[in-house]
Amino acid sequence: MLIRQTPDLTENDVTDKGLYYGRRTFMTAAAALGSTGLLGLDAAQAAPLATVKSPYKVDEELTDPKAIAGYNNFYEFGTDKSDPARYARSLKTRPWTLVVDGLCAKPQRFDIDALMKRFPIEERIYRHRCVEAWSMVVPWNGFPLASLLKVVEPTSAAKFVSFTTLVDPAQMPGQKDDFIKWPYREGLRLDEAMHPLTLLAVGIYGETIPNQNGAPIRLVAPWKYGFKGGKSLVKISLVDKQPQTSWNMINGREYGFYSNVNPEVDHPRWSQATERRIGEFARRKTLPFNGYGPQVASMYSGMDLRKFY
Amino acid sequence: MAKGSIKDRLIYAAMWLALAAPLPIVLVPALTAFNPIEYILRGLGLWGLRLLILGLVITPAARIFNLPVLIRYRRTVGLFAFTYIVLHLLSYVVLDQFFDWNRIFQDILKRPFITIGMGAFLALIPLAVTSTNGMLRRLGPVLWKRLHSLIYLIVPAGLVHYWLMVKADHDSQIVYGAIIAVLLAWRVWDRFQAAQRRKARAAAKAS
Repeated sequence: MLIRQTPDLTENDVTDKGLYYGRRTFMTAAAALGSTGLLGLDAAQAAPLATVKSPYKVDEELTDPKAIAGYNNFYEFGTDKSDPARYARSLKTRPWTLVVDGLCAKPQRFDIDALMKRFPIEERIYRHRCVEAWSMVVPWNGFPLASLLKVVEPTSAAKFVSFTTLVDPAQMPGQKDDFIKWPYREGLRLDEAMHPLTLLAVGIYGETIPNQNGAPIRLVAPWKYGFKGGKSLVKISLVDKQPQTSWNMINGREYGFYSNVNPEVDHPRWSQATERRIGEFARRKTLPFNGYGPQVASMYSGMDLRKFY
Repeated sequence: MAKGSIKDRLIYAAMWLALAAPLPIVLVPALTAFNPIEYILRGLGLWGLRLLILGLVITPAARIFNLPVLIRYRRTVGLFAFTYIVLHLLSYVVLDQFFDWNRIFQDILKRPFITIGMGAFLALIPLAVTSTNGMLRRLGPVLWKRLHSLIYLIVPAGLVHYWLMVKADHDSQIVYGAIIAVLLAWRVWDRFQAAQRRKARAAAKAS
């Protein structure tokens, strides 16, 4: 197994930002157009974020930012993994409101900029494992979902959390296809949502998150397959029943509600025992819960993970 | 065929160039792709399927446009298709799985899309092997034709293999499927017409 250890990794080692999704090119273009500058954030513009360190990081080589921003699934912009980078420019991420409602004492609407100032933005280096058996190591910037949920004060009736992505075919051309019943929906059990690893990401590599990766705010649950992380979220609801989730609605046999990374439970069409880390040749062994077992396995004790895949 | 006229040789040279073009079309962008192995694997498979379909186009085209000469080039198209499929399979075994035979056999047994793909590949081998003039002579045209009608199963199997690989959004598979359906339907219709003509002739004789 090829594991390159980079034990002295710090945020300062996170490099290559200039190359990151052609920022400089954009800045030049924006300047030429007489853009309003950093605070009048444009969709394709990457703004630096002030981040704080976090103990939640894996000591593995970070994936090239160009790969993170150039190779991913975001079917709102097309089904090819190069489509999001190609078409996400049309997404307008300001102004943006995130609604948090449902079974809570203080449902409310959050403006994205206010939300990003409300909590310290942490840098968290997580493994990211796609259900398609490829993986990355991503330095996310964000805050725990739990911090936000505490603000709205979930009631005792709340058992699950549902996540809803924006629907707007004018901005998201992939939504003109209807193989997914839009909006894209995801969900977590409340304890999963409150888990300290569960992150609302607003940035990657110390800059605001690229549109194609789910700007302006997306979910990251690193012990689950990547599709569990709803992107470009407009609504988070506290609910009492297990919410419907998009891939489960499309093909329930292949995509379960839990979708915890599990090398023992194969996808019906391919093995999940190994994965290809983007940038590496040989496959790696996939770890149970994507390597986060010590932190999360206890949430599933007594559950048959073959049944609740 | 190498003994053919200059014009013939030029046609073959052009065909070889055109049919070899997908190789750089797949391999050059793979150099800079984020997941080059996946890119090569899928690219080669897709070109294999495309050339198999092109092979199915030749007979109807020759008949419809009354250009029987086209049939001569069918073998070259078929062998190129076979070559891309061999490379597709090799890239799976070598690049994707790196000779992990245990995993590969598990995949073949457990994953329908791989089972079907492998079955289609195995069925292609006798067709490639019997593609020479010598083999055609040895088998005789009737048996040869019967053997090579395996292609009518192989191409749809290739499509199913491609279809099952995709999670959602089967637009491109639908397009390939429609083309294959038309090409196979033409053959059914053609055979039906031929049978009708035979009947009519027999009836004419009898009267």
